[in-house]
Amino acid sequence: MNPIEIMVSYWPRMLDGTLMTLKLTILGALIAGAISPWLALVRSHGSLIAQTPIRIYVSFVRGTPILAQLFLVFYGSGQFRPELMELGLWNFFRDPFNCAILVFVLNSTAYQTEIMRGGIQGVNLGEIEAAKAIGMTRMTILRRVIFPHAYRIAWPALSNEIILLMKASALASVVTVFDIMGRTRQIFSKTFDFSIYLWAALIYLAITSLFVFGWHRIERRLNRHILPRNNANAVS
Amino acid sequence: MSLKAKLVQTIAASALVMGMSSAAMAESLRLGTEGAYPPFNYIESNGEIAGFDVEIGLELCKRIGADCEVVAQDWDGIIPGLIANKYDFIIASMFITEERKKQVDFTDPYYLAAMTHMVPKGSEIKEFTNDALKDVIIGAQSGTTQADYIEQMYPDADIRLYPTQDEVNLDMASGRIDMQVGDMLPLLDWSTTDDGACCELAGEPITDPAFVGEGVGIAVRQEDDDLRERLNKALQEIRADGTYKKINDKYFTIDVYTMK
Repeated sequence: MNPIEIMVSYWPRMLDGTLMTLKLTILGALIAGAISPWLALVRSHGSLIAQTPIRIYVSFVRGTPILAQLFLVFYGSGQFRPELMELGLWNFFRDPFNCAILVFVLNSTAYQTEIMRGGIQGVNLGEIEAAKAIGMTRMTILRRVIFPHAYRIAWPALSNEIILLMKASALASVVTVFDIMGRTRQIFSKTFDFSIYLWAALIYLAITSLFVFGWHRIERRLNRHILPRNNANAVS
Repeated sequence: MSLKAKLVQTIAASALVMGMSSAAMAESLRLGTEGAYPPFNYIESNGEIAGFDVEIGLELCKRIGADCEVVAQDWDGIIPGLIANKYDFIIASMFITEERKKQVDFTDPYYLAAMTHMVPKGSEIKEFTNDALKDVIIGAQSGTTQADYIEQMYPDADIRLYPTQDEVNLDMASGRIDMQVGDMLPLLDWSTTDDGACCELAGEPITDPAFVGEGVGIAVRQEDDDLRERLNKALQEIRADGTYKKINDKYFTIDVYTMK
């Protein structure tokens, strides 16, 4: 079979896998993105007692392979079925997609927290003092001073993390969630044709390129107050 | 050249020739297997690969006068690994199917194959049709004939495909899947273990040759006709002299060569 024929006969499976990869990545990144700024705030401004559990969590997640975490949550939860049923959690853990998402969220949250911590700590103290001086409330300072600056600083590192998350989602097939990589291996075991791996690589590359393009556009928007001045400097 | 020097040279040369010939006498072959399919092939706690497939394979090696090294390879890549010359033959409970015959050649079957459904004890699943199994969660190992079987026979079921049979069993025991389709003998074997006690075989054995083929064979590269012939001959030999039965009885209560 040539590379074109293989895609012609197996594209529904590949499409299915691509959608699953997108679903895992987008959902995982969004949920993690909603939690991590708050953890990062505690991590950079909270008391030591509040910081400790977050530190332990982050070092556990960053210090263990995501594959091990996936096995632990998926097959591990299976061993505690009676307990989980009692708590009413078995229905959640029974579904492999939920387990995969849970692991990706836990994982990405840890990394994003560290990235955001760097962003928050990078905010110029003078700006925060100025905001206090003109009488902004804490929430307003967060919303109008700290987070806009923190995101601007953390933005490139966040894109890195999301790309890594997308590629980590290729591990989901070990818990029966068939993403691009899972579908590819499945097609390969039917056809023994290596060209399907090439297609998989191209799909990943396409997703990453589109994502980087969009992310860069947002980055320019976040930096719009700096960009024209830089350009002016470049001209002079 | 002095006589003495000549003598030394001759001795050295003949020693070299003898050394070479003894190395050539024991042909060395590599036997590929999966190592995750008890009782046919599995990794023991000491790291050795063991099981029915492996013992039969090593016995055949002995008969054809080869020194065999056992190589473990994940199932998904087991045929490409043979073609890529990572080992010389596969003895890993592989069903002889038309699809696979396009890639590799098979010896005569060394045991007969059947697949079976397995459900938790007390399960309400009694009927095995696509309608009856709609939305039922069915597990199987990915890339196997049983995976093909459920995909074709029960397209409306919720199909879960696992990397190895061990993981299907793990999720069968934990109740994450409602049913599985697997090879008869490993499941029969597993149902006698503590974990496997949760579940029982159900329905008629699946023996449709479209799925299980003519039985389970040893795969060799298509150009290795000679090796295939020698393995076939050795297989007949161990069948005839009772060695096969001896190995068989270590693992099974029935003769898997005839399934009786």
